[in-house]
Amino acid sequence: MLKRKDLLGLYDTSAEEISEILSTAVNMKKLLLQNIKKLPHMQGKTVTTLFYENSTRTRVSFELAAKYLGAGTVNIAASSSSVQKGETLIDTGKTLDAMKNDVIVIRHPMGGAPRLLARNVRASVVNGGDGMNEHPTQALLDFYTMQEKFGSFKGLKVAILGDIKHSRVAKSNLFGLTKLGAEVRMYAPQTLIPKDMDKMGAKIAKSREEAIDGADVVMGLRIQLERQQGGQFPSLSEYSEFFGVNRELMRYASPHAIVMHPGPVNRGVELTSTLIDAPNSKIEEQVLNGIAVRMAVLFLLTQNREA
Amino acid sequence: MILKNANVVFRDGVRRADLRIEGKKIVEIAEQIEGEGLDLTGLTVFPGIIDMHVHLREPGFEYKEDIESGSRAAVKGGVTQVCCMPNTSPVCDNAAVAYFIKHRGQDVGLAKIHPIGAITKGEMGEQLSEIGKMKEQGVVALSDDGKSVVSSKIMRFAMEYASNFDLICLCHCEDKDLVDGGVVHEGYYSTLTGLKGIPRAAEDIMIAREICLAQSLDLPVHICHVSTYSGVQLIRAAKQNGVKVTAETCPHYFAATDEIISSFDSNTKVNPPIREERDRQEIIRGLQDGTIDCIVTDHAPHHQNDKNVEYNMAAFGISGIETSFSFAITYLYETGLMTLPEIADKMSYRPAKLLKLEGGQIAVGEVADLCIADLSESYVVDSSKFVSKGKNTPFNGYTLKGVVKYTFVDGEIKYCEESL
Repeated sequence: MLKRKDLLGLYDTSAEEISEILSTAVNMKKLLLQNIKKLPHMQGKTVTTLFYENSTRTRVSFELAAKYLGAGTVNIAASSSSVQKGETLIDTGKTLDAMKNDVIVIRHPMGGAPRLLARNVRASVVNGGDGMNEHPTQALLDFYTMQEKFGSFKGLKVAILGDIKHSRVAKSNLFGLTKLGAEVRMYAPQTLIPKDMDKMGAKIAKSREEAIDGADVVMGLRIQLERQQGGQFPSLSEYSEFFGVNRELMRYASPHAIVMHPGPVNRGVELTSTLIDAPNSKIEEQVLNGIAVRMAVLFLLTQNREA
Repeated sequence: MILKNANVVFRDGVRRADLRIEGKKIVEIAEQIEGEGLDLTGLTVFPGIIDMHVHLREPGFEYKEDIESGSRAAVKGGVTQVCCMPNTSPVCDNAAVAYFIKHRGQDVGLAKIHPIGAITKGEMGEQLSEIGKMKEQGVVALSDDGKSVVSSKIMRFAMEYASNFDLICLCHCEDKDLVDGGVVHEGYYSTLTGLKGIPRAAEDIMIAREICLAQSLDLPVHICHVSTYSGVQLIRAAKQNGVKVTAETCPHYFAATDEIISSFDSNTKVNPPIREERDRQEIIRGLQDGTIDCIVTDHAPHHQNDKNVEYNMAAFGISGIETSFSFAITYLYETGLMTLPEIADKMSYRPAKLLKLEGGQIAVGEVADLCIADLSESYVVDSSKFVSKGKNTPFNGYTLKGVVKYTFVDGEIKYCEESL
């Protein structure tokens, strides 16, 4: 079992812990694929999603994962909560503690917010994405998807293309994959590559071809329109032409390569529609695996905690 | 009063001496002075520290600090003269606020409090403050600290107009557009934490602009809290070219590197941000070769409510006035990087000369502002014991050397360690 109260990021999660989550998720997925998806694992526990940023898939994924395990769920969206009245994050957390809530899944636009919360509450805290820091469960579901296809991470070549600079997904993937023995390549316009990423074990490629060459996994990351407005690239069409991934570029990848994307996808920007809808695209499978992985995380964090 | 058997830090060296104080002044210095006195065997006497970059928060933010708590913190840190920044509420951009601060400081009667006036009204960067009227009420310098005067034209006018009143502008150097919401130094650790980075260039560009203005106008300018290696290089080159530029740095820039932000502890959040080892090394070189003239604290006390929030939302600043002397002793003297007279030069003599204040050295006829410390004693930083209202330091748990035992201001003991 996980000997930790919280899951805040993969930077301080060991390869053994990651493996344990992934193997637990295998069983969760089996249960998930049954006709009746109601399990007793978290009966009598409550999971609150506390989202200070808009999200559909991550929030719903956590909520369903908790529900399938028999937990009660509460959803707090920042717009409708006391956040707008100026309550601090710590006070919100302590209020939830007082209500005997067991797990807080937090998404927050500011890096480090889940850690601040975790230090101040009794409940287990799961990071559902914090600023440009980490999004550990997204990376874990990516790993699960890779493991399902390739069995092992040793020597696996993963190419990540898109907005690396603002991507907590890229970072959690990098931290986890390097621990698991995979090779991570990244490519993006220089305005969207953060400083010293290479010193964390990523190979910053000089071209799309170099990034994709021999890759087993080609992962696109969402390009947000606000980056264009902020002057980091001139237009989506120029982005797509010089930095997007299309079928021709996939010829550089390994013949059995899979295409992944954390979603939501801008069709025709980071990946062409042809790639998104191709048989080797795992984008929908990632969504299903996300529930299995989140079930595993919620279960492992809560199974042996005293009330 | 006679101070006996101390090691005294003079400008040209450290010697055993006795000092006789009469009234506010040092009247005699000799190997031995007959008569009863305060035995300082084992202690070292420095000229009182002059901290020319402090936030006392009063008026307006008394919940963070006030002139009384800040004064008490100052003398506990061996600081005898404090120059306080004008970003109060209301801003110290007029004679009335300057008068209030100066007199409030005198009423408290611990360290000497010198107000710094805002360069522009409301620190808005648009219209010059009434600099002449503020000077009459005792402002010793001008600054829009916390931000740069964005307009180069207004900054030029400020430097020119200030020269009529023999005042110098202390420039906070920051290109806000390039900072773009950054909260930490841009580098490995900003990427690691996902906290938005501030590139060195955001500071350097404004340092370069101030140097250009000073050069073209042939007027002096002072660069606040230098944190980048490249900023040190710019200032060094300017000095070699004869530009009348001076500069200061703070203990957190010569003692720490950005690795400490990986804790997400918002007490590490300071502007400019704590940078890399390369910067730290160059700042030390700058102190050694005279590129950096002064050591100040940028003492920025905050209430815990302003710090115990998300890193991005936390206020910038470190409460440092009680620890700056020990940081200098620990990181500059104990390491062999600087001598005691050199440290006294950075922390007392240079600020006095730059702002035309009394004190700054131990000599017959000088004012008896003294910081008397035990350099062999060490302590562990515990901000819950700070007398400043600001407990915000990232250095809790650090072991520092050099404990202030007595602080004299105008010949009177204004601080004495409790155990004595």
